[in-house]
Amino acid sequence: MIASTIIMSSALTIADVERVAALAHLDLTADEKALFTRQLDGILQYAQQLQTIDTSGVPATAHVHAHQESEREDETRASLPLADAVSNAPDANHEAGLFRVPRVIGG
Amino acid sequence: MLNHSARAIRDGVASGQFSAVEVCRAFLARIEATNPSLNAFTLIAAERAIATAEAVDRRRAAGDPLGSLAGVPVAIKDNLCVKGMRTTAASRILENYVPPYDATVVERLEAAGAVIVGKTNCDEFAMGSSNENSAFGPVSNPWALDRTPGGSSGGSAAAVAACCTPLALGSDTGGSIRQPAAFCGVVGLKPTYGRVSRYGLLAFASSLDQIGPMTRSAADAALALSVFAGPDRADATSAREAVPDFAKAMTGTVAGLRIGVPRTFVNDGVNEHVRQVWDRALETLRGAGATLVDVELPHAKYATPVYYLVASAEASSNLARYDGVRYGYRTADANIGVKEMYCRTRDEGFGAEVKRRIMLGTYVLSAGYYDAFYLKAQQVRTLLRRDYDSAFERVDVVAMPTSPMPAFRLGEKTADPLQMYLGDIFTVSANLAGLPAISIPCGFVEQAGNPARLPVGLQLTGRMFDEATLLRAADTYERITDWHTQSPQL
Repeated sequence: MIASTIIMSSALTIADVERVAALAHLDLTADEKALFTRQLDGILQYAQQLQTIDTSGVPATAHVHAHQESEREDETRASLPLADAVSNAPDANHEAGLFRVPRVIGG
Repeated sequence: MLNHSARAIRDGVASGQFSAVEVCRAFLARIEATNPSLNAFTLIAAERAIATAEAVDRRRAAGDPLGSLAGVPVAIKDNLCVKGMRTTAASRILENYVPPYDATVVERLEAAGAVIVGKTNCDEFAMGSSNENSAFGPVSNPWALDRTPGGSSGGSAAAVAACCTPLALGSDTGGSIRQPAAFCGVVGLKPTYGRVSRYGLLAFASSLDQIGPMTRSAADAALALSVFAGPDRADATSAREAVPDFAKAMTGTVAGLRIGVPRTFVNDGVNEHVRQVWDRALETLRGAGATLVDVELPHAKYATPVYYLVASAEASSNLARYDGVRYGYRTADANIGVKEMYCRTRDEGFGAEVKRRIMLGTYVLSAGYYDAFYLKAQQVRTLLRRDYDSAFERVDVVAMPTSPMPAFRLGEKTADPLQMYLGDIFTVSANLAGLPAISIPCGFVEQAGNPARLPVGLQLTGRMFDEATLLRAADTYERITDWHTQSPQL
């Protein structure tokens, strides 16, 4: 409840949008940051109406068939062939069946 | 032949009245003729379709058993994987993606003899209500080319309305089958969550997504659903419930059917012209023997914010997989680190609406905001489910208009995402509660000028796994009205 009180009294800032964009791995342009700050603020303000509903003791629904039995026998099956798995990669070593990525360490 | 039902085509192919290849050529010609004005297809697979149709004809010639969709042309929404056929979700980030496997629904359709003629345009990753968020450009409504066909399955709805195919597949996360069906004057069924396998559907919001049929009659929707419904070992959320004989359930009567009408909720948000058409549809059903019962869904008015918080949170997680490594687009920028590569690829590859929802979803899942937004929305989702549970103690189906308005103009709502979202008010709650819901043509809003009329959809929501009652009511309505037989002049 503390968090919601803080949110209600403060509008979304560019800094908030930059923080979230970093979490979401989106390199937004300056124009996008300005636009999303305004639009997301409007959407979040609208969503504030949920705070007026008493949900004390109400369980969350993550999934409507959460109770469903979904276990099955463990059977060995063929998986996607390696050549197929890398067939759509923007950069791959198809002979070796490897995805190629930019240098991760020391790059 | 173009206005034949799927069933009539199947019967005609089976009896030798016409060949599957003749059928295929006729519909391909229709697609080629209309696509320049509609933009309903992102890919027309003519050669492959003819080859499939030839195989159906060979089976018949050899006396082999034919499937229940033998020779029926089908269009597949472009967020469903067809092996070897480019599948993009209408996104630049998947512009050259060629799936190495079939979606389960595609596999089952083809096993039943269906002929896939192409992929249909949609909002990018199924995020949108107007088909304007597509890397391939918007789709036009066949009833009025300057208006949206609805979304996100706008291409599928336009294709069926324009008789490009008798059957198309759509996906529905918050109304993406039903709302375009309503805007284009066709039938759209969102099955119960779990009724249809989601394997091979490019995921948007996994607790809400369902695949369903779009047709020009309830009977064809029943025929298609019976082909691809049922458990699938490739989708752990597919339900084990037995699939009933939907065709048999369509008895042609609604005598004794109790229809719940949430009048207060509907009247608060609906266009007056749509309300009048919807009211007349309810009176027609009452005249056929149904009983109208007032019901309250006290939390339905909160369904839109709940939906946009839950769906965006799930989308932000699902779309994390698009990173320019295993498939899809990668930024052309060289000599950058891996993290920078991810961030630029995603900014360049995703369109504005997808980025907006990833941002919203990431925000509501982030530390400090999770409880206030995401958890709160999930709790209200529970309250909404309880509203339906108590309504279904007194009624068999709940009736609403599918959309509060008829098809709006292209460009009319693109500047204000929140205004676009508010139009989903009558469809999102069925997804949140996991319930089956159908939209059927129930009349037109008449207006001065051009176009003179725009289709209106009647939405019926049913109990969990009770598609049979929805189809029975829809089919009965179709037997006493002719709205579903009317086609746009193109």
